[in-house]
Amino acid sequence: MATLIDRNGPRPDTWHVFDGDAGAVPSHADLLLPLDEWRERAAVWGARTGRIGILLSPSDDPAAIAADLERFALVAVRFPSFTDGRGYSTARLLRERHGWRGELRAVGDVLRDQLFLLARCGFDSFALREDQDPQAALAAFDDFRVRYQSGADEPQPLFRRRGVAVSA
Amino acid sequence: MYRYDTFDQTLVDERVAQFRDQTRRFLAGRLSEDEFRPLRLQNGLYVQKHAPMLRIAIPYGTLSSVQLRALADIADRYDRGYGHFSTRQNLQLNWPALEAVPDILAELAAVQMHAIQTSGNCVRNTTTDHFAGVARDERVDPRPYCELIRQWSTIHPEFAFLPRKFKIAVTAATADRAAVQVHDIGLRIVRNDAGELGFEVWAGGGLGRTPVVAPLIRPFLPERELINYLDAILRVYNRFGRRDNKYKARIKILVRELGVETFTGQVEAEWAALRGGPSTLTDAVLDELRAAFAPPPYRGLDDDVALPDAALSDAPGFAAWAARSVTPHKVPGYRAVTVSLKAHGVAPGDATSDQMRVVAEAAERFGFGEIRVSHHQNLVLPDVERAALPELYTMLKVAKLAAPNVGLLTDIIACPGGDFCSLANAVSIPVAQAIQARFDDLDDLFDIGEIELNISGCINSCGHHHVGHIGILGVDKAGEEWYQVSLGGVQGPRAAIGRIIGPSFSRAEIPGVVERLVRAYVDLRTSADERFIDAVRRVGLEPFKVAVYGNADRPERASA
Repeated sequence: MATLIDRNGPRPDTWHVFDGDAGAVPSHADLLLPLDEWRERAAVWGARTGRIGILLSPSDDPAAIAADLERFALVAVRFPSFTDGRGYSTARLLRERHGWRGELRAVGDVLRDQLFLLARCGFDSFALREDQDPQAALAAFDDFRVRYQSGADEPQPLFRRRGVAVSA
Repeated sequence: MYRYDTFDQTLVDERVAQFRDQTRRFLAGRLSEDEFRPLRLQNGLYVQKHAPMLRIAIPYGTLSSVQLRALADIADRYDRGYGHFSTRQNLQLNWPALEAVPDILAELAAVQMHAIQTSGNCVRNTTTDHFAGVARDERVDPRPYCELIRQWSTIHPEFAFLPRKFKIAVTAATADRAAVQVHDIGLRIVRNDAGELGFEVWAGGGLGRTPVVAPLIRPFLPERELINYLDAILRVYNRFGRRDNKYKARIKILVRELGVETFTGQVEAEWAALRGGPSTLTDAVLDELRAAFAPPPYRGLDDDVALPDAALSDAPGFAAWAARSVTPHKVPGYRAVTVSLKAHGVAPGDATSDQMRVVAEAAERFGFGEIRVSHHQNLVLPDVERAALPELYTMLKVAKLAAPNVGLLTDIIACPGGDFCSLANAVSIPVAQAIQARFDDLDDLFDIGEIELNISGCINSCGHHHVGHIGILGVDKAGEEWYQVSLGGVQGPRAAIGRIIGPSFSRAEIPGVVERLVRAYVDLRTSADERFIDAVRRVGLEPFKVAVYGNADRPERASA
């Protein structure tokens, strides 16, 4: 099973991923729905008492949930393989274009060596693949202090920040 | 040239530490081969036929003498005393030990170098005109923009796992020496009617399995929008480029499948959202970068200063070399000198560590300590005083670096090929050497004139065979090496993809085939001023096919 972490370490995961059986998850529990499921039955799911999250696949257009974002407590983006980089663009669009301020989670083939990049694109929680060492992985967030580009973590590219000393 | 500040230095140091840790985990079995592969590739490390290959970035082909000496030392201590300059203006070491690569990267970082993103499905080293900053036909120096692109692309968080590799080239000259139209993005720096600087943006060009000359997707991009527009193109590609088939994953396929108009529309829509945002360039940023590439302290010289040729023992040799290797310079009294790495019998683009040191010394004695790497796999000393040419010639000649063949038939572009590369179907270097041996007569070479012959050992096209006037491609047929020959490829402002002339040849046949093509050209050219490529454009392929295959209806292979 994946281990959920954020920058500070492992944390409990309260979210249930919808598996096609509407009765399997209690109404008050946190439920993570695939985009299609939400689009087909938004009214049904919106009537639950528990929180709703949306799980995006790499090909899902984040613009599709832009109007609904305030109804969600979590947006998760799935990485079928760590070499599939589409989710990085999804994350930046959610953060920088659609104004998502809530939790943005990377799920799937999430590995230590991509954490720095994922965090720069706006992810703030990470369902690490089960073979990953969560404590050791935390160091990856600090792989680099220098960031040349604009990102969800730092909108100003380095060329607008030069002259300020490198800080830890 | 650009010098690292604390930020740049910190980043390359941190990259070394990151890769050292990744290598350690791989060697300890805690990182699988599949997980390590993209990480090592993004640090230039391939696992090849005989040994790993390390590709060191030479951003936009500019090196200092200090850096070139460091490369020579690294080649001596970690490799076999030589390196291979590639068509991406990089340097490849063929025999490093995987375990030693973090140490090599640390030594590179100490001289402001790295191997970041010289491979992998990410934005690769940006290339440009090897005469940038000194060319008479350039509008402005393209290197400040190249450095900006280097920084933007380095560890770009969003574009580290693209569908496929991504190559950007920049030119600011009339004669496009950077082949921008056969790149994923080609940028031509231009001025609009109001005199403002900006870019022509070409996208979706490339070589490889499906060679494409890029369409122009924006005739004028304001200078300050460069990064926003690059982000827009890359984002569209990252999101929508094909990932189901690596042979269809380059941006050129996306452009083709969507159509240029739809693709451009998506890019423009993305740009509209990014335009004027935080990555918009400012005058201060551009001024700072231009200052980093300010011209060196040239002396005020007469352009036609007399050459002290009385002191020269080899006047004819000098004249031949100067005719091929010396290029006009924008500053009076100075010349750019191309150092041929195509001495006959040597693998094209290879330089020994001693030769690297000679070039470094020459750059200091006869210039301002700067060297360029050309995508033709030669080196360039950009700032040589005209009066010093004879002395420089003597120095280069002793080091076997004065082959007078720049731009001629034996100035062959070739990938490492099957001798080194595990992707190759066929060898490249021995083919180049056999052609050089066939055309070893200098008068003959000069008579044939300017001609570009490019050889790739496989369809990945690292030897740019598609854009060679004569292109030679190694193909595999039932486990045997064969070579396909194409004619009429051109890089530059009127880029064109060469056309295959007919059935392929065995390796042994190739020098004879090239000879027949060249003799056919000599016979049909209108004058010595009509270059090979001009003749091919005028008469088409037919006379050359006849010369090679004979007149029969069914082409009959000329046998060697």
